[in-house]
Amino acid sequence: MASLFRIRKDIDKKTYLLIALSAFALLFCIWAVVSMSGAVKATILPTPAMVLKYVIASVSNGSLQANMGISIFRIMAGFLTAVLIGIPLGILCGAFKVFESFIQSLCEFIRYMPVPAFIPLIMVWIGIGETAKVAVIFLGTLFQVIPMTADIVRSIPEDLINAAYTLGANRRQTVLKVIIPAIMPKLFEMMRMMIGWAWTYLIVSELVAANSGLGYSILKAQRVLKTEAIFAGILIIGILGVLTDRVFAYITKKMFRWVDWGSK
Amino acid sequence: MSAAGIAGQGLSGRVATSKIYARGVEKRYPSKPGFVLALDDINIEVLTNEFVSIVGPSGCGKSTLLRIIGGLEDKTGGKIVLNDTELSGAGADRGMVFQGYTLFPWLSVAKNIEFGLKIKKMPKEQREAIVEKYINRVGLGKFKNSYPKELSGGMKQRVAIARALANSPEVLLMDEPFGALDPQTKSSMQLLMRQIWQTEKTTVIFVTHDIEEAVFLSQRIYVMDAHPGRIKADIAVYLPHERTLDIKDEPNFISLRKEISAMITHNDN
Ligand SMILES: Nc1ncnc2c1ncn2[C@@H]1O[C@H](COP(=O)(O)OP(=O)(O)O)[C@@H](O)[C@H]1O
Ligand SMILES: [Mg+2]
Repeated sequence: MASLFRIRKDIDKKTYLLIALSAFALLFCIWAVVSMSGAVKATILPTPAMVLKYVIASVSNGSLQANMGISIFRIMAGFLTAVLIGIPLGILCGAFKVFESFIQSLCEFIRYMPVPAFIPLIMVWIGIGETAKVAVIFLGTLFQVIPMTADIVRSIPEDLINAAYTLGANRRQTVLKVIIPAIMPKLFEMMRMMIGWAWTYLIVSELVAANSGLGYSILKAQRVLKTEAIFAGILIIGILGVLTDRVFAYITKKMFRWVDWGSK
Repeated sequence: MSAAGIAGQGLSGRVATSKIYARGVEKRYPSKPGFVLALDDINIEVLTNEFVSIVGPSGCGKSTLLRIIGGLEDKTGGKIVLNDTELSGAGADRGMVFQGYTLFPWLSVAKNIEFGLKIKKMPKEQREAIVEKYINRVGLGKFKNSYPKELSGGMKQRVAIARALANSPEVLLMDEPFGALDPQTKSSMQLLMRQIWQTEKTTVIFVTHDIEEAVFLSQRIYVMDAHPGRIKADIAVYLPHERTLDIKDEPNFISLRKEISAMITHNDN
């Protein structure tokens, strides 16, 4: 027993998993017991069975898939454009001081403006169509992607770049053949983190200005006090988030076999 | 400070020609009041096929000097001349091996060694032959397809040496390449380095703070002073051309090592 409580020491993998599972089980039990005891109204805390029933119903009438589909589309569109534009700009900022002073200074300023506050402005400018939701995600992630990519570029050891120069590489070759491959694993880690943020921005935009999507389904449920639908929505968003995260983590590990993950 | 007279002796039957020299090299770093003079009027000369070390106390400017020669750092005065041409910036003509591990971690051992050749756009068959040659030269044939993370520190430095040599540089610059290795590995790397230099006939400038290492490897040693960094002495190493690690216990070797140590410690007060 004492071996479980040593500072920063590993514990058995199975034990670890078991403890983690028990945390989930505990949370679920508390929820089940409290909701089924009748002490609180179902509009405050629905029972697990109600939530499950709602999920099954919305799968069978197709509304869940439709909402999920549109939400995933928005995330992909916003996140991918931010990454496609942000990563090249970030590389320029990290590699060249000129770009850093021009682009990154601006980014650092915009980065700390809360994106939800921009939603009304976006609605004024581009309405509440699909573009608006994509724009919220795009803006929310772009100004994070640029400085984070730049930082990753700066974390490359100076002598790795110097080695390339002494092997005859010019600046263009150094960027293409050294800087870009060197930052790949960390870029994937960064994207994994950003996609989590993208989910948050998506829901925020769907809560404010949408008539479809998972965020909107939660909002609609709230209006009619269908609390089990709110629960179902939040759980599904959470599960989708965890899944994307795990998939990203898995791909990163598989793709970059050369990385010495242990020593990082 | 003319080295040609002394150094020519190491190369029997060969006319000693200057490969690279530094004239009046100065390096100032900006500092809060004014500047720090890291290098002051450095004059060194290295002959074709010569193995020269630079030793000196920590912080005396050895790395700065080597980086300036390699074109990785700007100098604030003086010039570097290679084969009668004044240099500016880095280039494949000056290969470099660093103290830290600088292999490209996403490339296999063979691909690391091939890097410079690909930059040169050398045809594939030729590249493969050269990679094969140097990978075997440093005894890592079996690790051809390994990633750097799978290698020990000594093996990484072997690859770094092979990578630099494969590019056939005019001068090989080495900045404490064995500084992070354990004593046994270090000794075997020194032996390997000495053998490589003898067979490959490369011109080497080797920076180290390990005097024993410098004496073992070199034909000639520049001793540096700190604050400001200056060349204090230019010492020829009269030891047999064929050297094994046992030579480190011989009286000649020990007395030379002590002589240089004395120069460096004297300076500290
Ligand atoms: N970027 C820098 N800015 C200011 N001073 C520096 C810088 N780099 C090196 N120096 C100074 O120059 C001197 C020489 O450093 P270095 O060449 O690394 O010495 P060595 O390799 O002999 O230990 C040191 O005193 C160091 O403090
Ligand atoms: Mg140094």
